[in-house]
Amino acid sequence: MPTATIAGHEVQINDEGFLTEYDEWSEDIAAELAGNIGVEMTPRHWEVIKWLREDYKEKGETATTRRVQTVGGFPTKEQFQLFPKKPAKKMAYIAGVPKPHGCV
Amino acid sequence: MADAIIPDFGDDEETDRKFVLICSKGNLDMAYPGLVLANAALGEGLETHLFFTFWGFDMITKSRMWDLQFSPVGNTAMHLPGRDTKMPQSLSPMPGMTQMATKMMKKQIADLGIPEVPDFLDQIVAAGGHLWACRMSADMNNLTESDLRDDVDGIINASDFIEMTEGAQILFI
Repeated sequence: MPTATIAGHEVQINDEGFLTEYDEWSEDIAAELAGNIGVEMTPRHWEVIKWLREDYKEKGETATTRRVQTVGGFPTKEQFQLFPKKPAKKMAYIAGVPKPHGCV
Repeated sequence: MADAIIPDFGDDEETDRKFVLICSKGNLDMAYPGLVLANAALGEGLETHLFFTFWGFDMITKSRMWDLQFSPVGNTAMHLPGRDTKMPQSLSPMPGMTQMATKMMKKQIADLGIPEVPDFLDQIVAAGGHLWACRMSADMNNLTESDLRDDVDGIINASDFIEMTEGAQILFI
């Protein structure tokens, strides 16, 4: 696994650039990851990202956009506005969790 | 120590990739492949259109869309629950079998957190998907726009469809 320095922290990442260690994540890392993909974090973005991390911690897998809507309470339309085009992957990348593996 | 690898989400590429699904079946089990793929395509940032024709019309007809059914009749891949034993075909047409099989399939789908057909279409539309209805199917069934989901973009004819799908990848289900 390669390592990288993000926001001054040395972290482990996979070959796509996703963080691989849940506990190495921090808010300043997330802000830099978001910047890397052109997402400017607003309070609402942070709500989604923090919910996604909480849910991952509880369930051991990354929520799909469906679950982010039904359980997290963030409407599908809003997810696409906050994280354009590929919300599921972008949310996971910023939250430091793996890409969701569910289909829906 | 290395530079961070930045994933390529394809944002910078100008893509004209367009995905079109023709939904022609009204059986519960045949409704889902199109819905799952359309949802996935939208999640990958593709312009996505669903065209409903013939029996697929039931998926967008307000009075029928909650009542799609699954029948084991003619399906030789139907097994007894949790086993590799095939269900004898002679049992398939028994009274109540379709209702039972439908109920079981709906439960399996719900257990995975996958929505019912109308809710799934809500999600697809919220994600930017477009729904189109087939003119000939509407005329055959005496259905008008008021019989269909309010978010159907329109009832279009075959020529409109050909025009609309220029350069698209088309999947017939």
